[in-house]
Amino acid sequence: MKLRPSPLESNLVERSEILDSVGMARVLRRLAFEVVERNGQDSYFVGIRTGGAWLAERMVRLLVEGGEKRPDLGAIDITLYRDDVFHGLPKPEIGPTELDAPIDGRTVVLVDDVLNTGRTVRAAMDVLLDYGRPRLVQLAVLIDRGRRELPIQPDFVGVRLQTTAEHSVRVMFSERGESDRVVLRERIAS
Amino acid sequence: MNQAHAFTQKHLLGMEHLSADEITTILDLGERFLEIADRPIKKVPTLRGKTVINLFLEASTRTRTSFEIAAKRLSADSVSFSASSSSTTKGETLIDTANNLDAMSPDIVVIRHAQAGSPHLLTKHIDAAVVNAGDGQHEHPTQALLDASTIRAHKGKIAGLTVVICGDIDHSRVARSNIFSLRKLGARVRVAGPRSLLPLGIESMGVEAFDRIEPALDGADVVMMLRIQLERNAGGRFPNTREYARLFGLNPRRLALAKPDAIVMHPGPINRGVEMSPSVADGPRSVILDQVARGVAIRMAALYLLGGGSDAAE
Repeated sequence: MKLRPSPLESNLVERSEILDSVGMARVLRRLAFEVVERNGQDSYFVGIRTGGAWLAERMVRLLVEGGEKRPDLGAIDITLYRDDVFHGLPKPEIGPTELDAPIDGRTVVLVDDVLNTGRTVRAAMDVLLDYGRPRLVQLAVLIDRGRRELPIQPDFVGVRLQTTAEHSVRVMFSERGESDRVVLRERIAS
Repeated sequence: MNQAHAFTQKHLLGMEHLSADEITTILDLGERFLEIADRPIKKVPTLRGKTVINLFLEASTRTRTSFEIAAKRLSADSVSFSASSSSTTKGETLIDTANNLDAMSPDIVVIRHAQAGSPHLLTKHIDAAVVNAGDGQHEHPTQALLDASTIRAHKGKIAGLTVVICGDIDHSRVARSNIFSLRKLGARVRVAGPRSLLPLGIESMGVEAFDRIEPALDGADVVMMLRIQLERNAGGRFPNTREYARLFGLNPRRLALAKPDAIVMHPGPINRGVEMSPSVADGPRSVILDQVARGVAIRMAALYLLGGGSDAAE
């Protein structure tokens, strides 16, 4: 099936580069170590697919490279928990949810690339609670672009941005065959 | 941005009109749903607020229960009718039943009916997505999908495999749906059974036909045994079930003709000692209960893909 360009993706021009690959690695390392400083060794990193899962993997790798004990790592897919599954967009692929170590009683750090309305994080918390009862759930995001529609706040933030509905924040990943960077794009009148 | 699914059908009426891509989409999605059965809370909120009506106008325990569980695990509200408890026993026509159901605005209607084409007829009269859960001797698409899912899981692929379907081919919607599906997915399909139970011209569906089971089993990767459908008067096509069992029943000696790692499947219900000896049905090569487990996941995938109504087709 050919995808129509979604209205969110069309007519966008790049306004500025928020992070290049060096900046992205630096911010991630800082985030990872902030988590360890606050939680000690007990953190269980859980990435939200797809971008967040890659970031969580990288954070764990950075910690191990930095001499820390390897924390537990998991990934969740929120597709089945979205509040807009049937709102006209083509149905996305569903990725696996992998929480090999039980989350009961643990400090779970949810990791996502961009925090915007908070709806993704709401869905992610519902997924987690169907798998067990963590002692504490925290949120780490690479970019917080404001514009919340639910009462959700991150515990660890890479970069804070002031954005409007005309903006789009795009995180590019080497895992997806792009070079690592974060760009701010703006919709232009067509 | 995630890739979208290659599935744009509004209904699931049969395998005949699905593409290999669409079939693979459902199989892939089924793998994801399989995991939900192992969770402490076996439920996701995806179809919350959607209504599924299971209209089972022909006897069924497995398929009906499977669809009911699938709907519940997706948080849909489901209602089931069976033949004996529905107004069709009072003489209501299927079209009247359909119009009445439509007035209750369900999102999905799952129908099993003794008459081929009933699900198709239903789509003309209701807005809901229709899933064929078996119509006469025509098709049983979710069975073919769960069979493909089981084969793929055990063999790692479907293309290039040799699959034998043995038994009452003539009355079997399971055989028809599987032939369509497995051919599209690139398997070689052989059918075997008494000549009186092999439809004339079955070769035109792209299969090889055998009137003895032994040559059909030679080198097979998958052996799918079918039940003799006595309720459809299959008993009139051969002398007696004892003779049938002797000539066509799958026993360990015959199974040895297939590949050493061949799997044995059966859509259920089994007539033990007729199409299959108990030692085969319960043996290490049997994947029959895995088929049942995968049935729930495949039906969840189908309900998920159809549950968006016309939105999903955009």
